Amino acid sequence: MNALEAILQTEKLSHIYSSGTPFEHGALVDVDFAAYEGEYLGIIGHTGSGKSTLIQHLNGLLQPTSGRVLFQGQDIWASKARTRQTRFQVGLVFQYPEYQLFEETVYQDISFGPKNMGLDEREIDRRVRRAASFVGLTDAQLEKSPFELSGGQKRRVAIAGVIAMEPKVLILDEPTAGLDPVGVEQILGNIRDYHKANNATIILVSHSMEEMARTVDRLVVINDGRIPFEGPPREIFRHGAELEAMGLGVPQMTRVFTRLKAMGADVDPSVYTIAQAKEAILNALAKRKGGA
Amino acid sequence: MALKDITLGQYFPGNSILHRLDPRTKLLLTVAYIAALFLAGGTAAYLLLLAVLGAAIAVSHVGIRSILRGMRPVVVIVVLTGVLNLFYTPGEGDPLVRFWVFRIYAEGIYAAIFMVLRILMLITCTFLLTYTTSPIRLTDGLENLMGPLKKLGAPVHELAMMMSIALRFIPTLIEETDKIMSAQKARGADFDTGNLVQKAQALVPLLVPLFISAFRRADELAVAMECRCYHGGEGRTRLRQLRYGRNDVLFLLGGAALVALVAALGFFGL
Repeated sequence: MNALEAILQTEKLSHIYSSGTPFEHGALVDVDFAAYEGEYLGIIGHTGSGKSTLIQHLNGLLQPTSGRVLFQGQDIWASKARTRQTRFQVGLVFQYPEYQLFEETVYQDISFGPKNMGLDEREIDRRVRRAASFVGLTDAQLEKSPFELSGGQKRRVAIAGVIAMEPKVLILDEPTAGLDPVGVEQILGNIRDYHKANNATIILVSHSMEEMARTVDRLVVINDGRIPFEGPPREIFRHGAELEAMGLGVPQMTRVFTRLKAMGADVDPSVYTIAQAKEAILNALAKRKGGA
Repeated sequence: MALKDITLGQYFPGNSILHRLDPRTKLLLTVAYIAALFLAGGTAAYLLLLAVLGAAIAVSHVGIRSILRGMRPVVVIVVLTGVLNLFYTPGEGDPLVRFWVFRIYAEGIYAAIFMVLRILMLITCTFLLTYTTSPIRLTDGLENLMGPLKKLGAPVHELAMMMSIALRFIPTLIEETDKIMSAQKARGADFDTGNLVQKAQALVPLLVPLFISAFRRADELAVAMECRCYHGGEGRTRLRQLRYGRNDVLFLLGGAALVALVAALGFFGL
C-alpha cells in the first residue's frame, strides 16, 4: 500500500463554521488526510466529529478556512475549472441520497451528472446503462418514475447517479443507513463491484464498526475534528478503550476477545471476524496442548 | 450562494435583558417603536430614535455584524426607495442638480435620507425582536395579545400554531436546501452561472426534492401531532406561562414615554 501514490490528500486542513457569530466552531483542525489510488478506505467517527465536513472538502463543496486539498497532487481550488473538474472525478454520495432524486424517470435522473459533464448522447447512454447494471437496476426500472420505487431501490438509483460520472474516487456517506439487512448487503456488493471493475478508490463513511471491519482495507478514525488513529482495521481495534471513549464501539467479536484476554486467556484481542476468531481459538488451544 | 447566511427570523440564543423580557412586552415595544418612527418628523426625533435603537442593540449582545448580515436581502428595496425619493420629491427653491429630465432638490435629499433611515431602523428593530425572542415565545406572546379576537370568532390559536410551525421550519428548510444543493452540485449542477432562463432551469433539481421533502415533513408532523392528541387550542395548558415582571413594566413605560416624546418633538417641529 505504501508504494501507491496518494490520489487525494489534505494538508493542514481546517474549517471553521459560522465564524463571527455566536455559533462559531471549528469542525476540522489541521487535518492531514490521504487516500491512495485503488484502496478501499473507511472513515469512522461519531456524529458531529467532523467526518461530513471532511468529505465535503474532498470534492470542493466546502472551501477550507485554511490548508489545502490536493487531487492527483494539484490544489483543487487553483482555478474554477479545476474545482468543477474535481467534482466529476471525486464522486460524493450524500447521506440519504434518495431525497435528491428529481427527474421524471430513473434514466433521466442517472443521466443528470453525465449531462453536466458535457458528454455526447451515446456516451451518456453507455454510462447510464453501465451505472444501472452496477446497482442492479433493470431496463424496465429505468423507465419508471423514481418515486414509484422502494426505499432501497431509490437509494441505488441515487448511487448510480454518481457512479455514472465514473469518478476515480467514490465517497459514500453512510450509504446503508436505514436499510434492511438485504438492502445493506446489496449496496455494499454494488460498491465492491464498482471498486473492482474500475480500480476506483472508495471512501466509505460510517459509524458502524461491524460494517467497516468487513469491507475496508484501511480505517481513518476522526474525532473532534482531528484524526487520532489510522491504519488497518486490526490495528485500530487494539485501541478498544479509546474508541469507546469517543463513542465508537468495536466489533462484537473484538469485544468478546478483549474480554477473554482480560480473563487470562492467551488470545489476540484484535480479531474482528468469525474466521479470525476461529483461528485465534484454535491457536490458543494448540498452545495449551503443546504446553501441557 | 451561501444560504446559511440568511438570518431572517432566526433566533440568537442569549441571556441579555432583552432576551429575558416577556415576549408581549417586546412585541408591544416593537409596535410602539414603529409608531414613533412614523410620527418622527425632524432631525431631533430621528437622533433620539437612533440612540434608543443603538442602546437596544448594545444591551442585546446580538452584535452589529449579525444585523448587517441580515440586511442583505433588503438592500435592493432600500436603495430603490432612496433613489425614488431623491428624484421624485419636488422642492420650492432652485434644484441643486439638473440633468436631462431629472431635478434634485434639497428636500429630495432630506426625504431620501430620512426614508432610508426609517426603513433601516424599522427592519433593525424587528430583527432585534426575532433575534432575542425564540419563535415559540414569540407566537405565545402573539396569541396572548390577540386573545380578545377569539371572542369575535377569529381562529387565533390556529393562526399562532401555523405561524410557529412556519417559523420553526425555516431553518430546517434552509438546511435541507443547502444539503440538496450540495448533493446536486456534487453531480455537477451549476446554480451560479448562465442567463436568467438557465438559472431558472438549474433550480428544478433543487425545487422538486425540496417540495417533496416539505410535504413529507408536513405529513409526518401532522401524524406526530395527532399521536399526541393535539386537537386545537380549546383547554390547552402551557409549559411556559407568560408573566409580566418589573422590567417589563419599566420597559413598557419607557416605550410609552418614547412615543410621547417623539410626538411632542413633532409638535414643536423638531
